[in-house]
Amino acid sequence: MFGGYIITVAVTIGIYIILAMSLNIITGYAGQISLGHAAFWGIGAYCSALLSTRLGLPFWIGLPMTIAITALTGSLLAIPCLRVREDFLAITTIGINFVVQAVFLYVPFFGGAMGIGGIRSPFSTSSFFWITLIFVLVCIVLDRWLVTSWIGLALESIREDETAAAISGIDVVRFKVAAFAIGSGLTGLAGHLYAHFMTFISADDFGFPQSIVILSMIVFGGIGTLRGAILGAIILGVAPEIFRPVLDYRTLIYGGLLIFMMRFQPGGILGDQSVLPKLFRMVRQRSPALVRSG
Amino acid sequence: MAFLEVRCLTKEFYGLRALDRVDFSVEERKILGIIGPNGAGKTTLFNIISGILRPTAGEIQFQGARINHLKPHQIAMAGIARTFQIVRPFGNFTVLKNVLVGFGHRFYPGLFSSAYRFEKETHLERAREILARVGMETYQGSIAKNLPLGLKKHLEIARALALDPSLLLLDEPMAGLQYEEFEKLAGLIRGLREEGITIVLIEHNMQVVMDLCERIVVLDHGVKIAEGSPEEVRTDPQVIEAYIGQEETVA
Repeated sequence: MFGGYIITVAVTIGIYIILAMSLNIITGYAGQISLGHAAFWGIGAYCSALLSTRLGLPFWIGLPMTIAITALTGSLLAIPCLRVREDFLAITTIGINFVVQAVFLYVPFFGGAMGIGGIRSPFSTSSFFWITLIFVLVCIVLDRWLVTSWIGLALESIREDETAAAISGIDVVRFKVAAFAIGSGLTGLAGHLYAHFMTFISADDFGFPQSIVILSMIVFGGIGTLRGAILGAIILGVAPEIFRPVLDYRTLIYGGLLIFMMRFQPGGILGDQSVLPKLFRMVRQRSPALVRSG
Repeated sequence: MAFLEVRCLTKEFYGLRALDRVDFSVEERKILGIIGPNGAGKTTLFNIISGILRPTAGEIQFQGARINHLKPHQIAMAGIARTFQIVRPFGNFTVLKNVLVGFGHRFYPGLFSSAYRFEKETHLERAREILARVGMETYQGSIAKNLPLGLKKHLEIARALALDPSLLLLDEPMAGLQYEEFEKLAGLIRGLREEGITIVLIEHNMQVVMDLCERIVVLDHGVKIAEGSPEEVRTDPQVIEAYIGQEETVA
């Protein structure tokens, strides 16, 4: 249907959307800043790759195992994050990213600098696109369910005020771990898709710059909103393809974008208090008849 | 047996004694006032009762069970709710959503029940009732951080009531309110007591404390210097000294 190049970009963006959504759960909803999200993604990808190449497990059996193992590892890694807040949490998560990447790079079990290759994908490139699309839709449904559930309410309360949440009967520690478990479970999915789509992974793919790219996506789109995470992932995922000549400056542009957004539009382009949604609401209010008929 | 009993409670911050062997108790369905000059340790006392701080020594018993080793959410679930002197509503939530948070503890223990939708009509209805009690039913859609201070204080009371508490700790609920609002809030507090909620009240406004409370505990520099009925406390020489200051005696 599409050319191979377009499909590759589309699958990559689909994976980025899942990653942005998963970080949005941890950082956007629960308010726990994570600058090491690529580490969880890497854990998912390596787990998936090992299950596939060493144990020869098929895609659909490896998938739930990868999600479970990544969620478990994510909640274990969340333990050092429980006692620290904000800036210290940011530094702790950067540390986790470097440690995890170093383990992939230097422990022979994980293939060292050579990474892991020869992961067999059972699908053609175009069916991979449809599978990714279906998983993105499933994640959107799960995300909608999460924010309207008591769990989602607890996560958001912790973001707003930890102490006030605790005295309102919310077990802060338990729900922080839950946020990391759910978030990293989704990165497990993203890692599984990535490993099987690329068929080759290495530690370089999951470094600190990748974490910044994922964070940029949700900050740009509108942190704490699903639409923001999706749109941010699409725009920042497509941009490098369109601006190929400046690809070398990608990190520079993302860094600059982060600063610009923080200064002028901290809620992101689609945040609740941002200019675009406000304009949209204004237009809608001006034409009530239009809304009612529609 | 007292409803809430605080025994020999001591709290030290890096060698500084914020509370020094404080004892008092509250009977069920009574209003106890806690007064004292700034820095007397009143808020520290609330922070310990609600589990935010751990005491250095001493014990707190609530309905006959020791609670001073419990975490804040466990204390909330045991039926102790509180408000803050410096308000802490969930700023980006609507007023209604702030109140809904207080219902969550009934659903959190179970993995499946915590996956239920929180915006069910029964919950919304109940939250609106609570808002009506504090006179905020018309603000249910407002974003909490945009409210004026007086309404934020009322919202904190509403959020505390959502826990369905048997003991309510109010930390200076009148501070920052207009004079006309005093009577209304005093009426609300009395009404809650009538319903069976025991109340401990920190308040600077003497008039309010004297009117509302059956008993008053006076703290000064972390030490309980007096306890008794409003009349007894008002005429206590130590209390007068703590508030007005000691006459200088030249040896």
